[in-house]
Amino acid sequence: MARTASDAMPAAALPGTAAPAGALGGILRDAALYALVAFGLCVPLVAYRTDPGPEGLVLVPRWGLVAILCGAIFVLRLLQRLLLLRRDARRALTASPAQATEAVAGEPDAGQKTSKVGLKVFVAVALTLPVLATLATGDLASSRYWIDLGILILTYVMLGWGLNIVVGLAGLLDLGYVAFYAVGAYSYALLATTFGLSFWICLPLAGLFAGLWGMLLGFPVLRLRGDYLAIVTLAFGEIIRLVLINWTDVTGGAAGVSSIPRATFFGIPFTADEDGFAAKLGIEFNTMHRVVFLYYLILVLALITNFVTMRLRRLPIGRAWEALREDEIACRSLGIDTTATKLTAFALGAAFGGFAGSFFAVRQGFISPESFTFLESAIILAIVVLGGMGSQFGVAIAAVAMVGGPELLRNLGFLSAVFGEGFDPSEYRLLLFGLAMVAMMVWRPRGLISVRMPSVSLGERRAISGAHVSEGHG
Amino acid sequence: MVAPVLTVEHLTMRFGGLTAVSDLSFEARTGDITALIGPNGAGKTTVFNCITGFYKPTEGRLTLAHADGSTHLLERLPNHQVNRTARVARTFQNIRLFPGMTVLENLLVAQHKTLMRASGYTVLGLLGLKSFRDAEAAAIEKAKGWLERIDLTARADEPAGGLPYGAQRRLEIARAMCTDPVLLCLDEPAAGLNPRESADLNALLRHIRDAEATSVLLIEHDMSVVMEISDHIVVLDYGKKIADGTPEEIRTNPSVIAAYLGVEDEEVEAVEAEVGLALPHQEHTA
Ligand SMILES: Nc1ncnc2c1ncn2[C@@H]1O[C@H](COP(=O)(O)OP(=O)(O)OP(=O)(O)O)[C@@H](O)[C@H]1O
Ligand SMILES: [Mg+2]
Repeated sequence: MARTASDAMPAAALPGTAAPAGALGGILRDAALYALVAFGLCVPLVAYRTDPGPEGLVLVPRWGLVAILCGAIFVLRLLQRLLLLRRDARRALTASPAQATEAVAGEPDAGQKTSKVGLKVFVAVALTLPVLATLATGDLASSRYWIDLGILILTYVMLGWGLNIVVGLAGLLDLGYVAFYAVGAYSYALLATTFGLSFWICLPLAGLFAGLWGMLLGFPVLRLRGDYLAIVTLAFGEIIRLVLINWTDVTGGAAGVSSIPRATFFGIPFTADEDGFAAKLGIEFNTMHRVVFLYYLILVLALITNFVTMRLRRLPIGRAWEALREDEIACRSLGIDTTATKLTAFALGAAFGGFAGSFFAVRQGFISPESFTFLESAIILAIVVLGGMGSQFGVAIAAVAMVGGPELLRNLGFLSAVFGEGFDPSEYRLLLFGLAMVAMMVWRPRGLISVRMPSVSLGERRAISGAHVSEGHG
Repeated sequence: MVAPVLTVEHLTMRFGGLTAVSDLSFEARTGDITALIGPNGAGKTTVFNCITGFYKPTEGRLTLAHADGSTHLLERLPNHQVNRTARVARTFQNIRLFPGMTVLENLLVAQHKTLMRASGYTVLGLLGLKSFRDAEAAAIEKAKGWLERIDLTARADEPAGGLPYGAQRRLEIARAMCTDPVLLCLDEPAAGLNPRESADLNALLRHIRDAEATSVLLIEHDMSVVMEISDHIVVLDYGKKIADGTPEEIRTNPSVIAAYLGVEDEEVEAVEAEVGLALPHQEHTA
């Protein structure tokens, strides 16, 4: 979690910032120390490899590799310290706006400007992805990979936006969000397979059920705060999964629910016969029609999530959520019913999770408890935290990076030429994931987009630096 | 004779073995600025927390009277209802603004009840109905009025957390006033203010009492503020009331001088015995 303040950087650990020559010596010594520690770690871990030889194991020394690793760590640390030195020197020259006694006219910074352009590009690409993919790959059928990836990413964008209401706006740490995703998915799957209800009736019902579950869970646990809330929601996520596995009569147990009815174009199925979508429109049948339809369906669902969230942020309820994240005690002193306010955030976030879940079920045609493990909750939460808590656009970028990133790894097959035959980049997925997290915590502890846009303003709307914005305590 | 806005009767608050407030009774008269003073740890903030619903008193009754004659028993109300229905607002000893929200947003959050109702509990607001937009415009007008008064109009769109200390104190008072209270409880509003800001604060509090018709209950260590603006003073020491009266009476009260104004802790008992006040202070030994 990005619980460390951005100003908690080790600036104070620079002994000789004032005297550059002395500072350089100190930095060199520091880097050497890091290299030494790395050496100490490398000796037992890297220096020898045991290979099966003709008579038992043989030790293969790898001192060259140890030297490379220690050298790399020395250089990296050196660079990091030099960068920090420059940054601190720059910071010392700029006064903090908190010290100003008069109004300061703030220019939007470079990050804000690029994110404005970025937002437009992002929406444009999202709207035209099927066309772009078809153009790039030559024909509709071979663009399937890209459109499927787009659907996957947009599902996570929607889940991220839904969870963002709970975590980013209301500041409640929810580690069991996948439970509501599961409730939504099973709602559709079971209603459709047992009662034959259509997707368009089940979609709102799935959201409703998930929202109700959110309320049910919310009532007892929302008086807990911070870590305790996180633990209880984590447990709730697991309970739902275990219920799904063990309540075999209803949920099908570990085998899940299969042959879930496919999505129809508002009642017209995507089939090859004369009642099908293609025949009705008088075009040639293509299985890709359904995929493209699903793509636009999730795009619309995600945009609705975004629209509702943005709208709510400017309503009293949204402002109360953010106030709750900032200071719960102050909220109560102002007559805000904090339990009810938290509950609405929880229920609404859950409802969006439910919508996404029923989409997941209709797309897959098959669901099982496998799909709703804690890792899913963790990924969705990571998307929200990496994106910058509360920032809609940041969450979207983070979803692209987190879901699209691993896909990129698959296409790095050429690396096996460098690292040898058995090298499979996708095996390093979690390692890279961890590295990316650490890098984020160091450089952007408040997420990619850490500024907050005010919900209302007298003059021009200006972003608020993340340094002022709280992250909530549950 | 108008009924007192707040009547505190036999208020006792215990934390485990520690009695922070013991058998305290006093009245805050309608339209007055009543000051609650006392040395550090006397239990003043604890009294506030009991009045505003943050603590449930161990014993005692807290009655709040509205101008229409209705009364509210504060110790029975859930925390947020104290502000919502009994209309008691407060500020905190260590400022509690919403630091990442703008000054204007802080004032709008305070009007949550009105705006929530106007937005039809969000449903009408989502549809963007005109009645809601009008209510929001009115709320912003009200906020603007307070911004003008506390001299923060130019910084309305800045994050509250970035304001200088004195401005944060003023903003917290304005935010509390945006909830339309009948009683405003201020916990050390002059702490950390320079003399000029302190004088501005006096003017602001007088305005709140006279023009806004809100009674004020004030905790304050700064005697220049207390003596100048309060109509009535209650003095606490070790959780007990040791004096109660007008500023003149308090200024000359020997037990107050002994307990509060510049007597060493060890000497307090001796001095109090001297002035005829033999209070059994268990906490003195601590
Ligand atoms: N929640 C609590 N739990 C335990 N003890 C408490 C609690 N709140 C207050 N106390 C104790 O009650 C006593 C009175 O504290 P209080 O904060 O009311 O004093 P105060 O008059 O406001 O002092 P100051 O002028 O320093 O603000 C202190 O001894 C304090 O330690
Ligand atoms: Mg106090």
